[in-house]
Amino acid sequence: MAAILPNENTPRASLLPNTERRERLRKIRGIRDGISRYGVAAAGLGVIFALALIFFYLFYETFPLLKPVSMEVAYEISVPGDEEPAPTVHLTLDRFEGIGGRFSASGGITFFSPETGSILMRKQVNVPEDATVTAFGRSESRRSLFVYGFSDGSVLPLKLEYDQTFPEGVRVVTPRLSFPLGEEPMRIGDRVQGDYTALTVVEGRTGYVVAGGNQDGSIAMALFSARRNMLTGDVQISRQDYELPAISRPVRQLLINETLRNLFAVDDQGMLYNIDIVDPNRPRIIERVQLVADGASVTAADFLVGSRSLIVGGSDGSVSQWMLVRDEETNVPHLTRVRGFRQHPGAVTYIEPEYTRKGFLVGDATGTVGLHYATSSVTLKQIPVSGQPITRIAVSPINRLALVKGEDSEALRVIRMDNPHPQASLSGLWGRVWYEGRGQPEFIWQSSGADDAFESKFSLVPLTVGTLKAALFAMLLGTPLAIMGAIYTAYFMAGSMRRIVKPSLELMEALPTVILGFLAGIWLAPFIENNLPILVSVLVLLPLGMLAFGYGWTRLPTSIRHMIPPGWEAALLVPVVLVLGWVAITTSPWIEVAFFGGSMRQWFTDVGIPYDQRNALIVGLAMGFAVIPTIFSIAEDAVFNVPKHLTQGSLALGATSWQTVVGVVLPTASPGIFSAVMIGFGRAVGETMIVLMASGNSPIVNFNLFEGMRTLAANIAVELPETSVGGTHFRILFLSALVLLILTFVLNTAAEIVRQRLRKRYASL
Amino acid sequence: MKEWWKSGSPWIWLNGGAVTVSMIMVFGLLMLILIRGFGHFWPHGVVQAYYELPGADRVEVVGTLRRSETLTGQSMREAGAPIPEDQLVVTRHLFKLGNRDVTGRDFTYFIDDFLGEWRYPKDMTVLERREWGDFYGQPLRVLEAGSTVAEGAELWPEFQARLARTNQLYDEIRQIERRDIGNINFRLERVRLDQRRAELRGTLTPELERQFVERRAALDAEYAVLQERLDTLIDEARRDAIVMRAAGGQEVTIRLDRIVKAWQPNNMSIPSKVVFYVQSFFDFIFGYPREANTEGGIFPAIFGTVTMVLVMSIIVTPFGVLAAIYLREYAKQGPLLRTIRISVYNLAGVPSIVFGVFGLGFFVYLTGGAIDRTFFPEALPAPTFGTPGLFWASLTLALLTLPVVIVSTEEGLARIPSTIRQGSLALGATKGETLWKVVVPLATPAMMTGLILAIARAAGEVAPLMLVGVVKLAPTLPIDGNFPFIHLERKIMHLGFHIYDVGFQSPHAEAAEALVYATALILVLLIVMLNLTAITIRNHLREKYRAESD
Repeated sequence: MAAILPNENTPRASLLPNTERRERLRKIRGIRDGISRYGVAAAGLGVIFALALIFFYLFYETFPLLKPVSMEVAYEISVPGDEEPAPTVHLTLDRFEGIGGRFSASGGITFFSPETGSILMRKQVNVPEDATVTAFGRSESRRSLFVYGFSDGSVLPLKLEYDQTFPEGVRVVTPRLSFPLGEEPMRIGDRVQGDYTALTVVEGRTGYVVAGGNQDGSIAMALFSARRNMLTGDVQISRQDYELPAISRPVRQLLINETLRNLFAVDDQGMLYNIDIVDPNRPRIIERVQLVADGASVTAADFLVGSRSLIVGGSDGSVSQWMLVRDEETNVPHLTRVRGFRQHPGAVTYIEPEYTRKGFLVGDATGTVGLHYATSSVTLKQIPVSGQPITRIAVSPINRLALVKGEDSEALRVIRMDNPHPQASLSGLWGRVWYEGRGQPEFIWQSSGADDAFESKFSLVPLTVGTLKAALFAMLLGTPLAIMGAIYTAYFMAGSMRRIVKPSLELMEALPTVILGFLAGIWLAPFIENNLPILVSVLVLLPLGMLAFGYGWTRLPTSIRHMIPPGWEAALLVPVVLVLGWVAITTSPWIEVAFFGGSMRQWFTDVGIPYDQRNALIVGLAMGFAVIPTIFSIAEDAVFNVPKHLTQGSLALGATSWQTVVGVVLPTASPGIFSAVMIGFGRAVGETMIVLMASGNSPIVNFNLFEGMRTLAANIAVELPETSVGGTHFRILFLSALVLLILTFVLNTAAEIVRQRLRKRYASL
Repeated sequence: MKEWWKSGSPWIWLNGGAVTVSMIMVFGLLMLILIRGFGHFWPHGVVQAYYELPGADRVEVVGTLRRSETLTGQSMREAGAPIPEDQLVVTRHLFKLGNRDVTGRDFTYFIDDFLGEWRYPKDMTVLERREWGDFYGQPLRVLEAGSTVAEGAELWPEFQARLARTNQLYDEIRQIERRDIGNINFRLERVRLDQRRAELRGTLTPELERQFVERRAALDAEYAVLQERLDTLIDEARRDAIVMRAAGGQEVTIRLDRIVKAWQPNNMSIPSKVVFYVQSFFDFIFGYPREANTEGGIFPAIFGTVTMVLVMSIIVTPFGVLAAIYLREYAKQGPLLRTIRISVYNLAGVPSIVFGVFGLGFFVYLTGGAIDRTFFPEALPAPTFGTPGLFWASLTLALLTLPVVIVSTEEGLARIPSTIRQGSLALGATKGETLWKVVVPLATPAMMTGLILAIARAAGEVAPLMLVGVVKLAPTLPIDGNFPFIHLERKIMHLGFHIYDVGFQSPHAEAAEALVYATALILVLLIVMLNLTAITIRNHLREKYRAESD
């Protein structure tokens, strides 16, 4: 001390900084204050922005699903191959949209650039001497398999392939023709002469099937199988002719499905003959179906990818989808009209199916081109393209470009399309859809299949129903336990006990759900399966036992009763619950023997209730357990904070404590309890791990307690890592995440607002 | 009785019962995990008995009892068991028989009525093997290079000594394989990337190229030396074997380098069992998983969880605290702010999987993809940050736990009595000074609480991690001796995911069940501990400020 004190004799030097330094200090402090203000603001706003980004990003990923389809005529090129005036019989486009192909009636194939129309390459198939091309047929677009038919009755199947090479790192695509049955045309049977009016080719498991029909209604079919001689390496082609029943009218179109089970022949009046060729030696007409309205005729028909369904266009402009549907009683498949599409203004002239999905382009006699999608049964766009009737359309395998040729034959019109998610329509996601191979319209979620031709089934209904089912059963268990527990804990329980009970239950909220899910799936599910009667006996025994004990307690001598103060009922009940639980478990086999013929699970099956080991009941139990702490904690707060003078007033007026609870406490606290339930529901809706582990994850639509379900959240966890980025499936999963986000956000916000109101009301009371 | 009913007391009892049931469920669950989890490590006695079904041969059963249960005779008859028609209930025992490679059945049920007397022979031995699970049997002789070196009484000590030697060799082999060769591979990959980067930038000169070749050659030489050493060690380790008699009398020869450890539970005293128990527990926590995670330890999962949570804490703490300070101290209070605040709070209730979806789409694909194209073009098409990994997992969880930290910090800030603030301001401190020197230090415990709660939540979350960075088996730890030491792009293992994966996706789910219980136990202990800490801090804090503001 003494050392610091200045000597009295020396002039006093101020310990305070001088003016200049003070000014500087003030400045620095001002700057620091500013840094603090703006730094904190920036960080705070950044965090808020980051959280808001979640919404925006999910919207951003989902938005393309809603984007309208664009389709427009981009430009025109002149039909390449001017020196051969023969009409065009077919058009193609490669998957990089850099090479177009034009098959002409002279047997010449011209490859050109769809950008400029300049010719890249020209090929010629062998046309027999003195013969001309009379017919052209093709297989599904994705197979790139075609067949020429000549006036002498011979046919020539050919395949178009594209070779990719990378000289100097740049991709070069070259088209290549290959002739699986050799380059020489060959006959298909002797009955039908060369006046084919319809021709088709299919590659089956056993070989190539070519079928041709003529003006008289006769149909010839031949199976070519190529066998390579192991020793010489020569390819030997064997031909097997089959005689098919004739139809009485001229054949307009022939179609054979890829499984080689049915041949569809369409006559000039729109009648379809479904010929069973499972055993081609004994073909028979199964049925005759009128495809279009009376008076109209079928002017175009083609398979969608996978050849499971047929698109039919009529002279009246109608477009409809047909497929083989099994009769439920006789199990015989019948060709059935599944859905229709928006009518075209003129007669349908050409149908071009897409390569990898269930969409197709339709051209008509007025020059309109329509873009339709089968699964979602929508007509995405119809635009006028040409003044003349459309004769041919080619779509690229990636569905972004199409070539359209009108009858004027002077020009090819190039259409640009942007149509990445045709399946995601409102009715496709939420309505019943008649999928290929199904007996009736259904809600199905099945996102991926074995091959390209798989029709993905994106119905959100099974997932939503599953989500609600899981949440519902969880709430059924959780809500009563949590609310009753909350009322007791807040209002009746002794303080010292409450200080243990409340934190313990709240601690459970932090218990990882993966552990609950694991226990539910591994321990609880088999346990319940083996001891099903426990469910009933616990539900009956526990309340009765508690009531009996409670009544018995009042009959006890006062000296004993006074040893335990009121507010400890819950503790007294612990042994009761334990004993009753033990009784329920040990009596379980005996109940099964006495009432359920020895096995309750079998009994369920016998009465027609399907039983899965991991089912909604298990999920309900585990998730109910998970929501108890959430609901309990909030509801308990609401009840506990009811102003004391209200309850005391009620008690003073002579109400019993239970009457006070029912008459005063609950009405006052009910908004809080309601918000607790909502928050609990929000948690149950979004819970992932428990459902993933304790339910079978099968997307079914029912509310059976003993079957599993698949929820939106679990579905995301299972499928998102394996989807292709940016695809329809990917975006639909984002959509379901967005649905979850909005749903829980709305629930929680509503709950929060209710709670804030309640807080204000308590404050004013 | 009627009066009692009218007074409403029955309802009070029922409400009380609800609390009782909830509490029993909570503690029952904890007990279940505790018992099953801790029970996993106890050396249970090995039973030997004979099992004789009517009309079938007598078979020898050697194994440990997993559990017993009572079922109705009817359901057993339906399952095909030869139970007499008049028998109503049946007890059956689930035994772990081990010897998966010999019999093909690891776990089998035996019906009590057909099981003879249970005996516990002293020499029954359990071998924990590196592959094919446990082996149960009686040791017959120890072999060295095919010839017998020990039998009878001296067998066990001799076997123990040789097993210790082999295990030491094996550790050395692992060390070389995992660390030394792993290092070389890491450096080789780096050389490749350096070279590719130079190629992409067009700065690859012949001089540089020669350097790369040299660097590669040097590493290859280093590798050759290690490989040679490895080969001798492997030969050494393969020297000894033990011949065991399996149930049914079959003799099986097992090389010692295939054995992790061996014990004779029927011959152990209680203290030695306790020692064994503690050892097993440590092996479990510090060991690496084997056999598709169904055996061995969970160290990488613990390590991955902890690393991820630490990285998350580093991200979430400053941002959460700053956001809370902004909301409470700087932002203009009004309806807009109230909306923002409610929204931020409500994000805590948004399903975690939604954060996972956001993390995968925005962080991994969008941001990660951009980072890869900008900074790691040499590694493409193999993604560096454009794939799920530690950093994205931590960032996603940070986003998920931000509301927790914000809520807790705001609560702490709100609790600081305004007198303290006003006092500081009255003494001439600026707002910033008041905030950072007075208010924030006082609110530190609240921030700690928030952080701990965030950590507890993050440690238990699995659903979002399945999308953004957790894998079944990570080949390397996210932290190692190679520069830059913390590898944020690596995939990690996680305790919660480990439970899901081993419990539900593994081929030997039954054998792994005990291990999953033990993993669950570790996770529960971790989280309960963190939460208790948070609760203690919070209560302490409340008391403190209650005293100060009064």
